[in-house]
Amino acid sequence: MHSNKYIFIYSVVMVLIVAVALTVVAIQLKPAQENNIRIEKMQNILTSVNIVTTPKDAETIYKKVIISNLVTDSKGTEISGVDAFSVDLAAEMKKPEADRKYPVYLARLDNGDTCFVFQLRGKGLWGPIWGYISLRSDMNSISGVMFDHKSETPGLGAEISTPAFMGQFKEKQIFDAQGNFTSVQVMKGGAPEGDVHAVDAISGGTITSKGVEHMIHDCLLGYEAFIKKHNSTKP
Amino acid sequence: MSEDKNTREPMFSAKIVKILTRPFNLENPITVQVLGICSALAVTVQMKPAIVMALSVTVVTAFSNLIISTLRNTIPSRIRIIVQLVVVAALVIIVDQVLKAYVYDVSKKLSVFVGLIITNCILMGRLEAFAMAQKPWPSFVDGIGNGIGYGLILITVGFFRELLGSGKIFGIDVVPQFLYDAGYVSNGLMILPPMALITIGVIIWLQRSKNRELIDKS
Repeated sequence: MHSNKYIFIYSVVMVLIVAVALTVVAIQLKPAQENNIRIEKMQNILTSVNIVTTPKDAETIYKKVIISNLVTDSKGTEISGVDAFSVDLAAEMKKPEADRKYPVYLARLDNGDTCFVFQLRGKGLWGPIWGYISLRSDMNSISGVMFDHKSETPGLGAEISTPAFMGQFKEKQIFDAQGNFTSVQVMKGGAPEGDVHAVDAISGGTITSKGVEHMIHDCLLGYEAFIKKHNSTKP
Repeated sequence: MSEDKNTREPMFSAKIVKILTRPFNLENPITVQVLGICSALAVTVQMKPAIVMALSVTVVTAFSNLIISTLRNTIPSRIRIIVQLVVVAALVIIVDQVLKAYVYDVSKKLSVFVGLIITNCILMGRLEAFAMAQKPWPSFVDGIGNGIGYGLILITVGFFRELLGSGKIFGIDVVPQFLYDAGYVSNGLMILPPMALITIGVIIWLQRSKNRELIDKS
């Protein structure tokens, strides 16, 4: 039988050794991990303009396709001196609306079209959901979207990141004929045929589906001033 | 401590080989001891995550067995479970960090299941039943054996689920196009966890029909 003193010293020494070992490992691997996260972000942005990439070619394609990026505030004024890629939208969304910085990416596609990519961030059922949405140069039709999530239910809410769900958003419109902001509804029970402002929700994933709807609405609302400013075909 | 008092044994004596190979079949952690089922259902949709998971579990069982066995005479018995958990948790975190750094896409697919290796019953089972009473080398081999035994089932299940569920192996199409043209459709049900359970059930059935001694007397 070991004495209490022995047990205390034993546990303290053990914990110290483990802590040092884990710290060393974490610091050593951090650059590689951060690079992976950076490349994934590039891949996500490219997915929203319908370009499929692999982790290997993502950086090259990103540099070719994304011709510039900028940061705007909720009034549509560009903020200079900030790199859009390094803006953490999750942190920005916690600030009051007037202080928020919204990143915008400009993509030139192979067919010569220009797309604006906007970043999205919202809440799902179990945790955060996020994504990117790209608008054609008319600043109204959606060219593509990309959604991802931290911990939605597999087979239900997690379906938001499948091509089947994301594909529905293509060619939908975020403004009505009068130029009012309508966003895109995610409708339980299915969107009416031919409705350009709605898509089908996921059966069994209602809360996540609504989360996607709110995310698109709330984030694009912050971009609304910027979008209207750059909308050349305004009614 | 019930420890072998034998003097030095050769590295790969018949006993060591037996310790290594026993978990492949007659003492398989999944099909015979029925441990670690949950992760086996979750990560076997494709071959690649199944193999990475198998490797991760093998590394963790082998090294936690080795470390605990080395320390076994110093570990105060009153806190031995805590010591085991700390060692396992530290190893799992290291594995998780390495996966995040070098195979990021796979680590995303495995998501929480790497972290849940900590609670994998195979680990605590082997630590308590084997490493606490045996010398480091046999314990290390036992860990590798159990990891491989676990991995064999994972990879077998992953093979059939990926083949029948999406017509691919390692993400490469293997079902020829003319079969699809003739009306063959991949079985989407195979991608869902229930079919993993059924696949494991079939493996258990085949294994017991070959090894009659595994069949319960009752």
